Amino acid sequence: MLTDSLQIVYERPHTLTPVITHYCPGCTHGIVQRLVAEVLQEMDLRENTIGVASVGCSVFAYNYFDCDFAEAAHGRAPAMATGIKRVHPKRTVFTYQGDGDLASIGLAEIVHAATRGENFTVIFVNNGVYGMTGGQMAPTTLPGMKTTSSPAGRDVETMGYPLRMAELLATVGGASYIVRRSVHDPGHINQTKKAIKTAFQVQQQEMGFALVEVLSSCPINWGMTPVEALAYIKDKMIPYFPLGDFKIAENVKALKV
Amino acid sequence: MRGAIRIDENRCKGCELCTMVCPKHLITTADYFTPRGYRPALYTDPHSLCTGCLLCATICPDAAITVYREARLKHAVAA
Repeated sequence: MLTDSLQIVYERPHTLTPVITHYCPGCTHGIVQRLVAEVLQEMDLRENTIGVASVGCSVFAYNYFDCDFAEAAHGRAPAMATGIKRVHPKRTVFTYQGDGDLASIGLAEIVHAATRGENFTVIFVNNGVYGMTGGQMAPTTLPGMKTTSSPAGRDVETMGYPLRMAELLATVGGASYIVRRSVHDPGHINQTKKAIKTAFQVQQQEMGFALVEVLSSCPINWGMTPVEALAYIKDKMIPYFPLGDFKIAENVKALKV
Repeated sequence: MRGAIRIDENRCKGCELCTMVCPKHLITTADYFTPRGYRPALYTDPHSLCTGCLLCATICPDAAITVYREARLKHAVAA
């Protein structure tokens, strides 16, 4: 029983709206978006923030974050964020994109936004499939991984190799902070939150383009229970998409988070 | 008692991730359904084992868990 001497040490952040998300049970999109909301709350940025939602499962992000939001055409979130940030340079601007959006149709936008060193933050949720449309193969689908459009598993001879976006963007001149994190256990979730916080501080200090790639699960389209899906991230995804800091500019290294 | 949690059953989708991470195994799946059609996570702590370690709230994708901790004595004195 709860007594008077108990203090709340954690509660749902106020930067999330009270609606119940459309995400499937155990989808780690919920974790990533909660981390972003917690960071916005801790840094007291809610009133100042404009988010840009992408297309995919992340499309309804504008219903879930309690801050200003715009909805971009498929893949065009970095282009839209560029426009918003240039018109409102004092506002905090972030995009929330999945891998089908960012690494496939939006590949040009993200690479050019990075190379221009646009001063906004990108949260890139990588779950290896097109979740919303029914689990088709994405650019980030692992070799041999079964999806609805690669039912015999991804054959790299005919379908190519998965794109490692964090490594790719780390080679681009304008990028300041490019890291990959995972949300498969509480320890890694806390590291992810720290990286997201750093990415927003990079923007506040006007240090340039920051992207946090988060390895995420899609239990329904992977055909697994939520618990099995987290084990799959740990055992199968992380060996191909290693966690780490791929580019941290010299001035970003001095930031204290 | 050192800690406690409260699960918002209406938000819970029964994914069982909190069940997996609780170091004291205090969270199980209920044998009834919520109005949304999920079997919610059920917190039972008859021996007051919960420490308020935050692991369940950290992994909950639906932010359905509120965590409480006993106020420490030194804080009470300072106040």
